[in-house]
Amino acid sequence: MHNQTRRASVRTLAAMLLAFAVTLSAAPAALAAEGGSYPNANINVHDQAALQRGARLYMNYCVGCHSLKYVRYSQLAGGIGLTEKQVMDNLNFTGAKFGEPIVTAMPEADAEKWFGKVPPDLSLEVSAKGADWVSAYLKSFYLDPATNSGWNNTVFPNVAMPFPLWQLQGEQEAVMNPPENGQPATVRELKLAHPGSLTPAQYDEAVRDLTTFLAYVSAPDELVRSHIGAWVVLYLVLFTLFALVLKKEYWKDVH
Amino acid sequence: MNAFTQWFADRAPGLDVAYKKHMTEYYAPKNFNVMYYFGSLALLVLVNQIVTGIFLTMFYTPTAAGAFDSVQYIMRDVQWGWLVRYMHVTGASMFFIVIYLHMFRGLMYGSYKKPRELVWLLGMLIFLALMAEAFMGYVLPWGNMSFWGAKVIITLFSAVPVIGEQLVHWIMGTLSVPGDPTLNRFFALHVVALPLVLLLLVVLHLGALHEVGSNNPDGVDVKHGPKGNRWNPNAPVDGIPFHPYYTLKDLVGVGVFLVVCAIIIFFEPTVGGFFIEHDNSIPANDLVTPATIKPVWYFSPFYAILRMIPSKGFGVLAMLASIVVLFLVPWLDRGKVKSVRYRGLAYKIALTLFTIVFLLLCAIGADLTQGWIMGLFGASSATAVSAELVFGRTLVVLYFAFFIFLWAYTFFGWEKTKPVPERVTTHA
Repeated sequence: MHNQTRRASVRTLAAMLLAFAVTLSAAPAALAAEGGSYPNANINVHDQAALQRGARLYMNYCVGCHSLKYVRYSQLAGGIGLTEKQVMDNLNFTGAKFGEPIVTAMPEADAEKWFGKVPPDLSLEVSAKGADWVSAYLKSFYLDPATNSGWNNTVFPNVAMPFPLWQLQGEQEAVMNPPENGQPATVRELKLAHPGSLTPAQYDEAVRDLTTFLAYVSAPDELVRSHIGAWVVLYLVLFTLFALVLKKEYWKDVH
Repeated sequence: MNAFTQWFADRAPGLDVAYKKHMTEYYAPKNFNVMYYFGSLALLVLVNQIVTGIFLTMFYTPTAAGAFDSVQYIMRDVQWGWLVRYMHVTGASMFFIVIYLHMFRGLMYGSYKKPRELVWLLGMLIFLALMAEAFMGYVLPWGNMSFWGAKVIITLFSAVPVIGEQLVHWIMGTLSVPGDPTLNRFFALHVVALPLVLLLLVVLHLGALHEVGSNNPDGVDVKHGPKGNRWNPNAPVDGIPFHPYYTLKDLVGVGVFLVVCAIIIFFEPTVGGFFIEHDNSIPANDLVTPATIKPVWYFSPFYAILRMIPSKGFGVLAMLASIVVLFLVPWLDRGKVKSVRYRGLAYKIALTLFTIVFLLLCAIGADLTQGWIMGLFGASSATAVSAELVFGRTLVVLYFAFFIFLWAYTFFGWEKTKPVPERVTTHA
């Protein structure tokens, strides 16, 4: 009799946990609903070679305008597995000290004059928008004479930023859908009109490296967390087993 | 008793009495099941929040200009700062999971019924204080969702007749959008005032419980049943000393709970944007509104009720009512049988339905259902919005219907209960 009721309450709890899990598993759906869904960026922040290539791309093409103000060069070195000398020689172009944060040399007032707004800091870009968004955004620039910069983006329409990686990807042009009942024409697809220095496959790799780097920068703790997490969980499982044995020993005389 | 404890016992005789009353001579029913872990787990989370909160306070800057940066400072520059913050943030969400299960346990086994009405009321006050505490804590990182969430929730007070607008200014401390005064007062309330209130209420909650004794999955009152166990001839025959029996059993529950928490903290601390929202990685900005402003998941059932009702005044009223009605449960339910095991079939169905309604309201408030409707039925986004309204309003009606049913079912004597056994039937 008592086994039956006990099983019933375990079943109730299992059902509730399941319902909770279902609610949580809908998280990607919620994100997708917010801004459309994007192809998987397919990144791995534990891939140090990708992080180093991504860091080089960032320092060559992005840091001129976009700071990483929450990241210090010294933390970067530890995170992506480079020495102080390697970082200072190859990744630091502003003359900042090793312990200083990664800021841009561009004065804010000029930036505002040139682009209409100050280019945002990208320390938390992947946390805010998601890696898939960043990756899709970097692949979705196309020539558009109607904008100030001459560039537009299907993921971020009318973005202020001109496409900084055009020499790598080349220039994409938009193939438009015919305008429908008074609505402005929409972009059907992007096609590569003038190839850049990289093949499309190489460019995809470069975007993956850059996105990997930005994902690491958003949450540098992830590299530490996953290393010690398994040990913490293992310790707690052992603790629970010992607690269970102790409990059973004490409860022997409860009938 | 050794010399050291004797020295204390001579000078503070009340200590030993209190220890016995609440630990070694507090006789709890021996048939607690898995639903009875969540009280002690809530206490554990409270301690975690206080300890991690103290460390966060050492590095956090409570100003609109410095708050966001100081959180990143904690995450990146402070030794183990990321761990302490993730423990605090995960703790906040786990607090609500544990409390919701604890309250559900009360509904399952009638733990709010005579003589435990006061225990339930104090518990509900803890829930209210916890909601205020969590809301203010959520504002402190000063991300864009913190900022707009604060704006939206404080503005709800404008629904109060006559003094509404002044009340909003008084709470916010600024004229239009939250600013330094808002952040400063929320910080003070979050780290000093509300934790004190919570601790006091927890002491009263436990004190009231230990006065009348714990309920159990059979709803049998062991205190008024047969007497005499191995420890004491006057203690309930089905009672066992809280310490060491339930302290050790709860330790097992703590172990399992910590494994779950550690998996979240170390492997998926944002829980897909539910425990830490993506928009909060953007600093507060009064010029840029997030695409959808919604509170954290643990407020979403109540937020859904607000959202599903078109008029602001009635929406706020309904949201308030959905919480107030929980206070009244001990008086709405006139049934004498406590445990769901021996209650009428209709109660079992109603409670199951109520649980499902609560979870679905949670999904609506978390902005999930429109996506579900579009995914399941291939509906367009406009259809999904109106379908969600119909669905959501049905759920709101069903939420309140549970309480009306509970009263009518027991008041008019429609419930056919099963006989309640003389003594508890199960043991662990």
